[in-house]
Amino acid sequence: MYAQMVKSTGHAVRALEDMEPQERAFQERINAGEKIEPKDWMPEGYRKTLVRQISQHAHSEIVGQLPEGNWITRAPTLERKAILLAKVQDEAGHGLYLYCAAETLGVSRDELYEQLHSGKAKYSSIFNYPTLNWADIGAVGWLVDGAAIMNQVPLQRTSFGPYSRAMIRICKEESFHQRQGYDIMMKMAFGSEAQKRMAQDALNRFWWPSLMMFGPSDKDSIHSAQSMAWKIKLNTNDELRQKFVDQTVPQAEYLGLTIPDENVKWNEERGHYDYTDPDWNEFFEVIKGNGPCNKERMDARVKAWEDGAWFREGLMAHAEKANTAEAAE
Amino acid sequence: MSDDTLNKALFEFLCRMGDNTLVLGHRVSEWCGHAPVLEEDIALANMSLDLIGQTQLWLGLAGELEGAGRSADDLAYLRDAFDFRNLLLVELPNGDFGKTLMRQFLFDGFQSLILTELTRSSNERVKEIALKVKKEVTYHLERSSDLVVRLGDGNEESHRRMQQALNELWPYVGEMFIDEPEDKLLSEAAIAPLPSSLKARWETLMRPYFAQAKLNVPDEGYAHKGGKHGTHSEHLGFILAEMQFLQRAYPGSTW
Ligand SMILES: [Fe+2]
Ligand SMILES: [Fe+2]
Repeated sequence: MYAQMVKSTGHAVRALEDMEPQERAFQERINAGEKIEPKDWMPEGYRKTLVRQISQHAHSEIVGQLPEGNWITRAPTLERKAILLAKVQDEAGHGLYLYCAAETLGVSRDELYEQLHSGKAKYSSIFNYPTLNWADIGAVGWLVDGAAIMNQVPLQRTSFGPYSRAMIRICKEESFHQRQGYDIMMKMAFGSEAQKRMAQDALNRFWWPSLMMFGPSDKDSIHSAQSMAWKIKLNTNDELRQKFVDQTVPQAEYLGLTIPDENVKWNEERGHYDYTDPDWNEFFEVIKGNGPCNKERMDARVKAWEDGAWFREGLMAHAEKANTAEAAE
Repeated sequence: MSDDTLNKALFEFLCRMGDNTLVLGHRVSEWCGHAPVLEEDIALANMSLDLIGQTQLWLGLAGELEGAGRSADDLAYLRDAFDFRNLLLVELPNGDFGKTLMRQFLFDGFQSLILTELTRSSNERVKEIALKVKKEVTYHLERSSDLVVRLGDGNEESHRRMQQALNELWPYVGEMFIDEPEDKLLSEAAIAPLPSSLKARWETLMRPYFAQAKLNVPDEGYAHKGGKHGTHSEHLGFILAEMQFLQRAYPGSTW
């Protein structure tokens, strides 16, 4: 998912009877499945946690343009190029909806950018991995958009109205992306030997980072417990990861590709596939900034922002002039 | 004039149209994820998407007309630089965002005029494509002219950059209006206009924007040329090396 390890208040969830009346009424609305809107009263912790989560998601969409954008100029056909362009455009659009959702909570897009550029805010670990061959574009759609959907489909029911509505729009497009990604994988996996090799190589590299997208097990996390009580998180990380593995394994089998984990096998008793947990040390290193592309990704975003300062300022100056001229009339 | 000669001329012309949109679409797409604001990331991806879509139409028709079994993809991915027919203007490196916008504006003006003419083409297929893409290009021109005006008449720095962009790109404008032998044939057959016939209209169209943008239009000066018959700048080879990599490295594959 695009939001990982979002910190909440850091306190245990309080029982309804321990809450002040206002907070209790708020929690009861959530329990009843009502949507919270920006003008409604909300606990400060709810607001802050949501800003963290939504902005992390927004940043992920924006940074996510880079690994895929990496192949636009090299896409192998005009149609593939057009599909990829449309996808990257969608991702930027997702970023835009999400920044708007965050803005309803009283934080501007510029402030959020500032947090991203300074390294204070995080984005999904997955986008710190490189796209090295064309099948990676297929694998990203299939696995990365696939994992994102696992998390975002339940979030359509999240308690915060603007976030929920953004998710509804986004989910439609993400499932489109996933199908297109899988379509590339089919062409590659059923193609020439060289293409098959690319497809397997892509799966080998993206399998583990995709599992990491869900974040480490959080069944004992107080942050997750609070977020779940507030319905800004609806499933545990392990639940979603299992769902993802269950969905993906048969798809890989259909492609004739091997999941790079020899422990993947159907467990009749559990009714799920068993699998090996990813290397969480690697995950924490990536989060800390030591992934293969952290520096490139951040440098690219900061450069885009700084190089574009004159453009933004020029437009502002023009708008001011136009306003002054209008006022003078 | 034989049908064959006219067909060859039309093939050349369609390659010019398709190669312009292909190469410009490639350049514009290089901005993906690197634009100055998120809205521009979206707008440029959209622009590039339109241009690639137009490429499919122009080169698709070119391949069909040629009758040698080449698809739009074959033409895009399997020709070498000397067979490309795009203007030098569109293959120039992006430069800063202002230069990219200025190039787009200069091109959009030309493209919107030529398309207007092509919507009256005596060739039904050409006319059909022109009618289909005219709206997109009208929108591109609206967008690029608006930004050029706002930045030209923004602050000192944005004005300076836009003026510099115009000065640097100006020597590549003249090539748009050069008549090649094929153009004369096509114009006689009422298939496509003579590029030179668009020049005065282009000036009439563009000058008010330049004035609003407070930009000085350079004197006519020297015009670089060669793109329309395959003599390109050094840049095109690198564009093609990148664009054609997969098709060249793994020939005959399905993607
Ligand atoms: Fe997305
Ligand atoms: Fe997506």
